[in-house]
Amino acid sequence: MHGMRGLSVFISDIRNCQNKEQERLRIDKELGNVRNRFKNEKGLTPYEKKKYVWKMLYIFMLGYDVDFGHMEAVSLISAPKYPEKQVGYIVTSCLLNENHDFLRLAINTVRNDIIGRNETFQCLALTMVGNIGGREFAESLAPDVQKLLLSSSCRPLVRKKAALCLLRLYRKNPDVVNVDGWADRMAQLLDERDLGVLTSSMSLLVALVSNNHEAYWSCLPKCVKILDRLARNQDVPQEYTYYGIPSPWLQVKTMRALQYFPTIEDPYTRRTLFEVLQRILMGTDVVKNVNKNNASHAVLFEALALVMHLDAEKEMMSQCVALLGKFIAVREPNIRYLGLENMTRMLMVTDVQDIIKRHQAQIITSLKDPDVSIRRRALDLLYGMCDVTNAKDIVEELLQYLSSADFTMREELSLKAAILAEKFAPDLSWYVDVILQLIDKAGDFISDDIWFRVVQFVTNNDDLQPYAAAKVKEYIDKPAVHETMVKVSAYILGEYSHLLARRPGCSPKEIFSILHEKLPTVSTTTIPILLSAYAKILMHTQPPDQELQSQIWAIFNKYESCIDAEIQQRAVEYLALCQKGAALTDILAEMPKFPERKSSLIKRAEYSEADTAEQSAIKLRAQQQTSNALVVTDQIPANGATSPVSVGQLSLVKVPSLVTTENDTSTDRALSQQNGASSKVDPQPPSADLLSDILGPLAIEGPPGATVQSEHNAVSGLEGDSDAVDGSAIVVVEEQTNTVQPIGNIDERFRALCLKDSGVLYEDPYIQIGIKAEWRGHHGRLVLFLGNKNTAPLISVQAIILPPAQLKVELSLVPDTIPPRAQVQCPLEVVNLRPSRDVAVLDFSYKFGTNMVNVKLRLPAVLNKFLQPIQVSAEEFFPQWRSLSGPPLKLQEVVRGVRPMPLPEMANLLSSFHIMICPGLDPNPNNLVASTTFYSESTRAMLCLVRIETDPADRTQLRMTLSSGDPTLTFELKEFIKEQLISIPTAPRSPAPSAAPPTAQPSPQIPPNDPAAILAGLLS
Amino acid sequence: MANAFDSTLLFMQSLHHKGHSLYEIQVIRELSGLILTRGPKLCNFVDWRGLRVVYKRYASLYFCMCIDQDDNELEILEIIHHYVEVLDRYFGSVCELDLIYNFHKAYFILDELLLAGELQESSKKTVARLVAGQDSLVETAKEQASAISNIIAHATKKVMNPLAIAF
Repeated sequence: MHGMRGLSVFISDIRNCQNKEQERLRIDKELGNVRNRFKNEKGLTPYEKKKYVWKMLYIFMLGYDVDFGHMEAVSLISAPKYPEKQVGYIVTSCLLNENHDFLRLAINTVRNDIIGRNETFQCLALTMVGNIGGREFAESLAPDVQKLLLSSSCRPLVRKKAALCLLRLYRKNPDVVNVDGWADRMAQLLDERDLGVLTSSMSLLVALVSNNHEAYWSCLPKCVKILDRLARNQDVPQEYTYYGIPSPWLQVKTMRALQYFPTIEDPYTRRTLFEVLQRILMGTDVVKNVNKNNASHAVLFEALALVMHLDAEKEMMSQCVALLGKFIAVREPNIRYLGLENMTRMLMVTDVQDIIKRHQAQIITSLKDPDVSIRRRALDLLYGMCDVTNAKDIVEELLQYLSSADFTMREELSLKAAILAEKFAPDLSWYVDVILQLIDKAGDFISDDIWFRVVQFVTNNDDLQPYAAAKVKEYIDKPAVHETMVKVSAYILGEYSHLLARRPGCSPKEIFSILHEKLPTVSTTTIPILLSAYAKILMHTQPPDQELQSQIWAIFNKYESCIDAEIQQRAVEYLALCQKGAALTDILAEMPKFPERKSSLIKRAEYSEADTAEQSAIKLRAQQQTSNALVVTDQIPANGATSPVSVGQLSLVKVPSLVTTENDTSTDRALSQQNGASSKVDPQPPSADLLSDILGPLAIEGPPGATVQSEHNAVSGLEGDSDAVDGSAIVVVEEQTNTVQPIGNIDERFRALCLKDSGVLYEDPYIQIGIKAEWRGHHGRLVLFLGNKNTAPLISVQAIILPPAQLKVELSLVPDTIPPRAQVQCPLEVVNLRPSRDVAVLDFSYKFGTNMVNVKLRLPAVLNKFLQPIQVSAEEFFPQWRSLSGPPLKLQEVVRGVRPMPLPEMANLLSSFHIMICPGLDPNPNNLVASTTFYSESTRAMLCLVRIETDPADRTQLRMTLSSGDPTLTFELKEFIKEQLISIPTAPRSPAPSAAPPTAQPSPQIPPNDPAAILAGLLS
Repeated sequence: MANAFDSTLLFMQSLHHKGHSLYEIQVIRELSGLILTRGPKLCNFVDWRGLRVVYKRYASLYFCMCIDQDDNELEILEIIHHYVEVLDRYFGSVCELDLIYNFHKAYFILDELLLAGELQESSKKTVARLVAGQDSLVETAKEQASAISNIIAHATKKVMNPLAIAF
């Protein structure tokens, strides 16, 4: 081993240091030394330079800042000899990150190494780019890296690095594979014999298909073939087996890639795959050797995931659950962990829920596992498998576990328990019990949302009020109570303790004194709630109790000069109100019911579900990525509810001034609404107003600006339309409409579908609408695929087609409900009556929870779908062209504002609309002649001829002549082509034509000095 | 790679998460705290900042990789072991000191094994061959260099100190 003596000595020195201080001194000395040597670089030999750079890296690894010498490291990259170059590349990848300016300096050298002939240099360069390459590298190097990957003359050692390097560049900039025919080349790569190259290529494929599987269908059978070959251990070199298992990694990667394809249609491929999977499921035994065991189970778990994804027949699924059931009870902790995790993933396949429930006892045991990682998985699973039938058991378990749980888990645990209690409560009193227990046991970990929510429930359910009041009284009677309990008790007792007045120990006076006992123990944020409670108690005391009154007034008096503005204000206001006598009763009347709205807790949970349990589900990967963009204020990190985030969440809502005022006045509004006085505007900062905080969590539910309206006018949000989806966000809390953001651009999806016959029409976090179409003459058959992406059903599903006059559209029945994770197919028959460019619109709506989503989507049943390309010879063309001599059957127009494009591109564009170029008919190379057949009921099959004359000197204008046997068709087709040619969407359209009636379309009037006229003159 | 006694030894590309370098001392401290406190009979996976850390202990050394929550944990665990086996083969029964004094070697080998956070080569033989190839390139360069300097030294000696030859 070629040592480097100076480096070894230095490392020894460091290791011999007795303490941190000594180490720091030694390092400072060395850094000083290195810095000096670098200053007079001239005297440095390559060997020395290398040595110092290594020392820097070592120091950096020890955790010290190394803020110089980067240049020296980078400069080694351009050294001519391998040893220096190697060091330069490696140290640069460690010290610099992708955004470092110096990296830019190296791009050229790196590129030269990549395109050079020296394969060891190529490897070094690819390794560095693969590890730290950023966007700039992606832009300048991607084509070269692609070439290496595909090159037949490159050896595997270069190509496998090229594959992974390209993967890195693709992550930085997905456009790097935006090359014609890349998918075919990817498929060819899967024929690779070298397993190293194949493994790397498979990683690349996984990344590609995870973003867009559509282009890579041809890879699917090849993946199955590879998997089959590996599983049978056919033709796998010895060195690629790992503990007797043919490359477990490649097997895992291949199965991963397969999970991104929605289905496997080809029966042969499907059968082969299922045979392989079956063999893996049945043939994996537990063995003694840890590594063999791990490797074979890595394959097994991936196979399980693939089976789940393919939604195999029930038998195979229950086989999977049985296996998992076995796993969660084994001793080996890794397998136990993965068993739990995969069960949670499996829950997405809803019909295994019952089989999983059989393992409930074992899962609950895992909640007490010595390993916190396993406990977390058990919690996730319990949370996921909870429903009405087992909610009581599971929540009880969670409550019990709460007192012994790790601090890091308590908040998540209590949040989950609260959500389950709310979601599946058999009766509301149980729900109240659970929440109060939660507050009692883990008050510190109870976020405000939880107690806000219980207050909402109590307020809205008259039957619940006396029960809740009695219950909180029990808790607050105890000597040491958590402050949150004081808050919730004060609120509920203030509002409803009068309902208990006849019970022993519940007279207003007694309630007051119980509450007042707590006052010295609470913080300033709780005092205002207590003051409100006093005021309410006083009001409810009938007949008035002079003693109580003077006691309470004395308290108000005392706080009138409190330094805390919020407390002071309450005290002043309540005192003033009390002196108004009868008005007090009106003003302090019971709080109005809260509008029914979706629990912010549940929304939080849905979010975190998407991030934890469901994220793992391969199917949902895409959704998970975009769910971050749902509603800003709903953002919660993966592991749920850490308090700093909750705070941030509240403040997010409160920052906008509009909302602030609304929130602040909420108490006053509650007061003033009753007697009709106009609401006062409270100048306080929002966080101080505690009662209004009760509205706080509700405000979280909608984007900030929206909450305001919803407070007062419970505007029904049913009428939201697709515009709202695009971001104008008219959100009404009660029936939240279109807070849901679509995934991807609806317009782009539509435009893409105008050119192809299948694809996604619309997608949001809940639903995906796919479309598949077949066109025959003037008939079209479309199938809408409505896919529910959730584990909860989508309800009130409605699809209405708003057809334009020229289309007859029949949509088969759309079911009202789409079951969880199901896809519903709705066939749609279209008949084209006559030519028109109008577009059919699908008015689609559904409800998810209380979220009402309504979108209006253009259907790609557009004019060009009824065109069929036809090749016309000169003998057919010219007689026809001449016979249609002028308007309205033949129209000519000079089009300006054309998107400049080369002629072949224009030809491609036309053929993409099924308008076929007839080469050779026009002798002028700047002109295009094309033909197509249009089908409709009124015109039947009708030949259309097109001639486009371009001016090479000015590509922004052209003259277009259209002819057909039908005046409307001629006009509509001309307008259609024009729309495609002019620069969309903002470019100025050429004036008039679309407004003019189709048949009376005159030739455009062009002033004689207009360049277009000159062009026209030249052409004619 | 972290050491149970010292604070940190190596935290290398293995801490690239999908190509994002996580090499920050803060991160390493946090992770060490998380992993080093775990007992021996627990599973090899820990949740961390919404990601998952797969780790394995070999004597006093910990090897970690950071992955997404939906990646295949066992596969990663065996990548770690695969790496250790390659190290073992290269150093001949590898120990911590080998890695400390030859940390650059550990990097070279890792670069043949992983790239962009993905497994690049699963054949130990191939990795060994490639690393040996690099070593010999370095050796050759060194020999050449010393040969040249010998010639120069020789030449200079001849000119400068003819007497020396007599000895």
